[in-house]
Amino acid sequence: MSSETPTKTPEAAAVPPSGPAPVKKVPRGHKRLLTRRDRITLGFMAGVPTVLHVALVWVTALASIALAFTSWDGIGFDSIKWVGLDNFQQLFTDNPQFWPALQHNVIWFVVLICIPTPFGLFLAVQLDKNIRFSRVYQTAFFLPVVVSLAVTGFVWQLVYNPDTGLINSLIGANKPGHYIDWIGDPHLNLWAVLIAASWRHTGYMMILYLAGLKGVDPSLREASSLDGANEWQTFKNVIFPTLRPTNTVVLVVTIIEALRAFDLVFVFNKGAQGTELLSILITNNIIGESSRIGYGSAIAVVLLVISLVVIIPYLIATFRKERSA
Amino acid sequence: MSTLTTTAPPPVGPGKPRAPLRPARILLHVFLAGTSLAWLAPLLWAAFAALRPYAETSDKGYVSWPDTLNFDNFKNAFTQSDMLHYFGNTLIIAVPAVLITLLLSSMVAFYVARFDFRLNIALLLVFTAGNLLPQQVIITPLYRLYLLIDLPGITMSGKLYDSALGLVLIHVAFQSGFCAFVLSNYMRMLPHELTEAALVDGASVWRMYWQIVLPLCKPAMAALGTLLSIWIYNDFFWAIVLISTGENMPITSALNNLSGQYFTDPNLVAAGALLTAIPTLIVYFVLQRQFVSGLTLGANKG
Repeated sequence: MSSETPTKTPEAAAVPPSGPAPVKKVPRGHKRLLTRRDRITLGFMAGVPTVLHVALVWVTALASIALAFTSWDGIGFDSIKWVGLDNFQQLFTDNPQFWPALQHNVIWFVVLICIPTPFGLFLAVQLDKNIRFSRVYQTAFFLPVVVSLAVTGFVWQLVYNPDTGLINSLIGANKPGHYIDWIGDPHLNLWAVLIAASWRHTGYMMILYLAGLKGVDPSLREASSLDGANEWQTFKNVIFPTLRPTNTVVLVVTIIEALRAFDLVFVFNKGAQGTELLSILITNNIIGESSRIGYGSAIAVVLLVISLVVIIPYLIATFRKERSA
Repeated sequence: MSTLTTTAPPPVGPGKPRAPLRPARILLHVFLAGTSLAWLAPLLWAAFAALRPYAETSDKGYVSWPDTLNFDNFKNAFTQSDMLHYFGNTLIIAVPAVLITLLLSSMVAFYVARFDFRLNIALLLVFTAGNLLPQQVIITPLYRLYLLIDLPGITMSGKLYDSALGLVLIHVAFQSGFCAFVLSNYMRMLPHELTEAALVDGASVWRMYWQIVLPLCKPAMAALGTLLSIWIYNDFFWAIVLISTGENMPITSALNNLSGQYFTDPNLVAAGALLTAIPTLIVYFVLQRQFVSGLTLGANKG
């Protein structure tokens, strides 16, 4: 937060600003300079967006929590019944899809962080070397990030299709009886989807790291090469440690992408056998035939809790830094 | 605030002399060219399939030398499935959503960056955290809420559910979190003297926002606008859940219906998928600089 004197609204004027004591005291005159009309304008400017955001995002998130403890068929408010922890108990013990879904979300994260993320970093380091055609290579790796995940799903289906797809045609597995059903086989389909997801994630990570690498002080590199360090030593001991802020962002982005994963799987096989995800289970409760609102909300609460475990520490760190900046 | 200095895509520095082509460098080029080609392979494969008639590929197999290459599949996908109509649906959702998001988030950012001192961190936290939540966390109550809100005469469905308005609202609510965060950082870097002088001169708060602060935020707004256009155009989830009538669907979810309908002709589906991707590719190639800087806005934080 800026330590410069902020212009303050009337209601805050009486309270001394928190944080480092401002050198210049806030001139009390500002309060008088803001007319009644200005204060109303400001109220609207902050109020309208806040009401919209809070009503559609946070009130619904809280409603999810409340509904998770009820049973409701969605027809009339009279049918809402308080059931306590029943939904959760059923979810954890009876639902054959829940634990696989949770496990697949974890696998999704582990794969993204272990394969496309380091590869994106590797590409970024190579492309940062001031080489010819850098922009052409960047565009090729980056194109999947621009294309919608739904379209990505359709394009990869053409690659995986058992009888007409690229892979089976190339390896000769497209004859009846010799099919490899990349999307239908429950032992293969999660990995097939993850290849498509990694295809996209690599470019995303590459661009974040390229931006991070641009911020590395060139004199560090020079000093390191003067000391006789080779490329790998320079990267390991000098460059990588300076990428810490980027690494934090990459970690958070990757976890959130793993929790949000939905489009690819929905297009591939709607999360049938082998590709279940928490997001898919929730959605199926809404657009499927059975509308079990409390039950769907209970899954949403699990997803919310996992998300908040990541989001809250990240935001605290970010905003603390900002306050002291 | 290093975030906003990363406005250009990571280019090749003009000052640095290029190293001479050593064997290691040539090897690197071979590697990068090969990997780039492999990266484009799925898209090129889709294009190759889309350019061939189904009859030919079913006869000769997909991996075969093409006899005919034409745009018939693209033409058919475009006309038979009425894609123009779905592009139109996307347009009436995405254009207002992008503009309203930019307007509302810049207003909140202005307030947070320039005025209140006590509430601004809390307010910004609410917005930023909201944007990080997975959409599925809120969808069940949102879906019910949309079914409850009657809007007779305003939307085709008479409800917020199954209407373009409903999608615009949720896009605005969700995306304004990220934009408010980025814009407030940007506005905080503007010199305070600018608005203070205006205040002393008796300018209204609105004038300060509209005529002084907003014009200075053009670079950030352009970057965010590009990013939002692509994100909102690419949205699949909200459209799948909150729109039920096929007619009202934006292009991405309409493609899902199309592929179900024409699953026996993969070449036609390939053409449809590529046509759907074209507008984002155009936006990307034209506004590459803005897009990349938008993605890295706020990414160097933390």
